[in-house]
Amino acid sequence: MIIATGKSSLIDEMKVQSGQNPAECYQCAKCSAACPVTAAMDLLPHQVIRYLQLGLEEDLLKSKTPWICASCFTCAARCPRDLDLARMMEGIRLSMLRRREGNKFGPADLTPEQLEKLPQQALVSGFRKYNK
Amino acid sequence: MRYRYFPGCTLKGQAKSMEDTAMAAAAALGIELIELDEWQCCGAVYPLYEDELISLLSPVRTLAAAAGEPLVSLCSACHHVLKRAQELMQRNQDARHKVTDFLEVEYSGEGRVLHFLEVLRDDLGFDKLTEMIKKPLEGRKVAAYYGCLLLRPSKVMQFDDPENPTIMEDLLKTLGAEVVKSPYRTECCGAYLSVTEEGVASDTVARIIDSARQAGAEALITACPLCRYNLENCSREDGKEPIKVYYFSELLAEAMGLPGESTGADGSKEEVAQR
Ligand code: SF4
Ligand code: SF4
Repeated sequence: MIIATGKSSLIDEMKVQSGQNPAECYQCAKCSAACPVTAAMDLLPHQVIRYLQLGLEEDLLKSKTPWICASCFTCAARCPRDLDLARMMEGIRLSMLRRREGNKFGPADLTPEQLEKLPQQALVSGFRKYNK
Repeated sequence: MRYRYFPGCTLKGQAKSMEDTAMAAAAALGIELIELDEWQCCGAVYPLYEDELISLLSPVRTLAAAAGEPLVSLCSACHHVLKRAQELMQRNQDARHKVTDFLEVEYSGEGRVLHFLEVLRDDLGFDKLTEMIKKPLEGRKVAAYYGCLLLRPSKVMQFDDPENPTIMEDLLKTLGAEVVKSPYRTECCGAYLSVTEEGVASDTVARIIDSARQAGAEALITACPLCRYNLENCSREDGKEPIKVYYFSELLAEAMGLPGESTGADGSKEEVAQR
């Protein structure tokens, strides 16, 4: 048996701000089966929840997965426990953006071609998700 | 039928043809869409942490500006953000007080928040629309592409069955098109990953296009400018016949015999009535 390592501020905050309790997940992995972008992830969606259950906060904050998540809400739609993993992914992203790493992506990172072609909606969503 | 209308920023830019064709169709159908004064961008994504109140200021301001009248959008993302912001205002009193106090507006979650497709289905009715079809899209094999934002989370969006939606197929049927059903029609296109992780969006887009093609579609319809951008720009060259992507309103205007233009994400224009 693996024992959770101590108290985790990210996880406590997540329970309040996302209204989700990772402990309710029974690891069926249906979320990972549903997720359209797992090929680019280093942790699968259900593994993210397992890490949350175990309090492995630092490992989660190093993972690429929350930044690959497209907030498509498919995992939440299929979860038999009615958990909203998209909200938990947002919590990990926000924890990084607000306190740790600062912005992940900004206007200076756009290529001239992107600036010309991307619809306004893409720019606004990109900045909202990767920038504070 | 009178509605307040929230265009959103993309409909005044890249997706102007969605607005133009929908407005032309609405006028011909007796649907009055009155644009809100001094509206601002909805924020494009709904904040998924409940203390992200800053991101709610704009959508709540918009909801309050509709002053209880039904509020219509055309862009899937705008509709998604407005509908979810409304649900939060109904459910979370603390967030509501903070946001409305800051904005100095009265709002407690009232008013219908609708996507234009819902107006066509529920308020006008597709049978009524049938009477207005002058140039049915006969023989055109078109598939609906729903994506995420209209359908999920279904408890809040209440738009259609999230796993087996029918509204866009019913519209296409009404327009006289040959409806093609593709299994990837509710899968994500990659959304804003095309900004930061284009390769990931290319994979999601490839699956959607392949699945539509295998089902026999020549064209797709969408209600989302970002879906259209990704489907048109992130698809890989595979030597196969490309699939045309249209806004649902472009085909609606065409079948109603109204003039209009379809603007692709690459800026190419095409008269809708002349296809
Ligand atoms: S689908 Fe739900 S219960 Fe199953 S692993 Fe994912 S989050 Fe846990
Ligand atoms: S919301 Fe994120 S984790 Fe969930 S299915 Fe979509 S991309 Fe995957």
